[in-house]
Amino acid sequence: MDSAYLIETIIKVVVVLLVFSALAGIGTYFERKVLAFMQRRLGPMNVGPYGLLQVAADGVKLFTKEDIIPTNVVGPIFKIAPVITAATAFMAAAAIPFLPSFTLFGYEVHPIVADINVGILYILGIMGVGLYGPLLGGMASANKFSLLSAARGAAVFISYEVITGLSILAPIMMVGSLSLIDFNNYQIENGWIIFNMYGVGFVAFILFWIAAFAETGRTPFHLIANDHEIIDGFGTEYSGMRWGLFFIGEYANMFFLSFVIPLLFLGGYGDGSFLGAMALLGKVAFFFFFFLWTRAAWPDVRPDQLMWLCWKVLMPIAVINIIIAGFVMMF
Amino acid sequence: MFEAVAFYLFSFLTIAMFFIAVTTSQALYALTALAAGMIFISAFFFILGADFLGAIQIVVYSGAVMALYAFGMMFFDTTRDVKEKKGNKMIIVGLGTLAAILVVVIFATPMVADNIVAFYPMTEGVGNTQDVGMVLFTKYLIPFEVAAVMLLVAMISGIVLAGKKMDLSLTLMSDAEIKDVKKEKNKKVLS
Repeated sequence: MDSAYLIETIIKVVVVLLVFSALAGIGTYFERKVLAFMQRRLGPMNVGPYGLLQVAADGVKLFTKEDIIPTNVVGPIFKIAPVITAATAFMAAAAIPFLPSFTLFGYEVHPIVADINVGILYILGIMGVGLYGPLLGGMASANKFSLLSAARGAAVFISYEVITGLSILAPIMMVGSLSLIDFNNYQIENGWIIFNMYGVGFVAFILFWIAAFAETGRTPFHLIANDHEIIDGFGTEYSGMRWGLFFIGEYANMFFLSFVIPLLFLGGYGDGSFLGAMALLGKVAFFFFFFLWTRAAWPDVRPDQLMWLCWKVLMPIAVINIIIAGFVMMF
Repeated sequence: MFEAVAFYLFSFLTIAMFFIAVTTSQALYALTALAAGMIFISAFFFILGADFLGAIQIVVYSGAVMALYAFGMMFFDTTRDVKEKKGNKMIIVGLGTLAAILVVVIFATPMVADNIVAFYPMTEGVGNTQDVGMVLFTKYLIPFEVAAVMLLVAMISGIVLAGKKMDLSLTLMSDAEIKDVKKEKNKKVLS
């Protein structure tokens, strides 16, 4: 292991961390603006031109607010819970190829921190660990609403993990590898996976997309922290930057999943040209926008409805999908 | 050098986590330490180059411990200490030490005797996942299938235990009996 590799990796880690922390902040601005326009309002307008500095104002507020640890909470776990959410979101990003490799000052850069050959499995596993944040935060809070939210978190976790795992099995069978770079290379030769194999890829794509909403806790499945039922759920007792860390984790997860979905199903960055890279960023923007669009357009579901959907509707579809994929590949 | 640093760091963390899981009397600490220890173990797989097993370790145990959390939530106030019934401490310490020594001896004997041969060395040019698959579906096919059958049995028995009226079988009943059952059901809905 030479030092050039080490320095390169450290630089990549820092860049990913900085870019996506900033994007998570700007993501909240996008969300407010998009929601506002869909509801015929203006959204944040007063801080800076067109409300652009709202992110900075929010950041200053969150960083300078007093960090309150209530008396009856389980201290260490209460303190570490938000860190788990934020840290696991960024750890998952280690196996995502954000752009095709390019040459910078005569040095070839691969914009992926670690190309391990089980990429997608690692990403989904670490993202799953991210739900430990809400769970631990809710259980340590000594607050009934937080406990309810933790129980819902556990229910969501055991429901959606099955769908994500089963839905990507069919594409993995087609590609024969778990690395996201191999997925991309396969799609250069054989076309996008959603159009492959008589619709098997398309069904897998829809299932994975639905599960992505549960994974990030976005609106149709936003039941872990539903304001109108259980106040802020696991976040009720939190204040200041600890509460902010939950949000950085959530928004970073949204961005990373918006990268993973196109890489898995929609051709990724294509042949690695400049145009392909821009196309990937366009797809990412669309999927991120879709998260916000759904929030403006759809009501929330109840926990029992989510479990019904996952176990009784999506899981059988996913299993049948895998069987069909197996038959198509055999004959 | 990095491997050595990582190995000692993660061994210390794993042992510390499991020590907390055993000694603490608070359910939340114990569960969290258990989950953390299970996830730190995956680091050893990554250090040894077994990426697939490492990722599987994270996926499986984060889910499994999540189920334990659900039980903890149902049975305890997890923010308070649990009053434990403490029996004879010497017996526990003695048995625990004996079990630990036995495990070490079982695993260390082949190593000391220099008797370990790798039957299935890594295949060049294929990934970790393919290697695991090849061994699993050739040499260990029968244990693998038996494990699958056991899981199926566990799943069915879980459904039977949790489901309502699972002791009735519609195929074994006569038409008149089925009608009675249906009538009773309707009565419940109407009342």
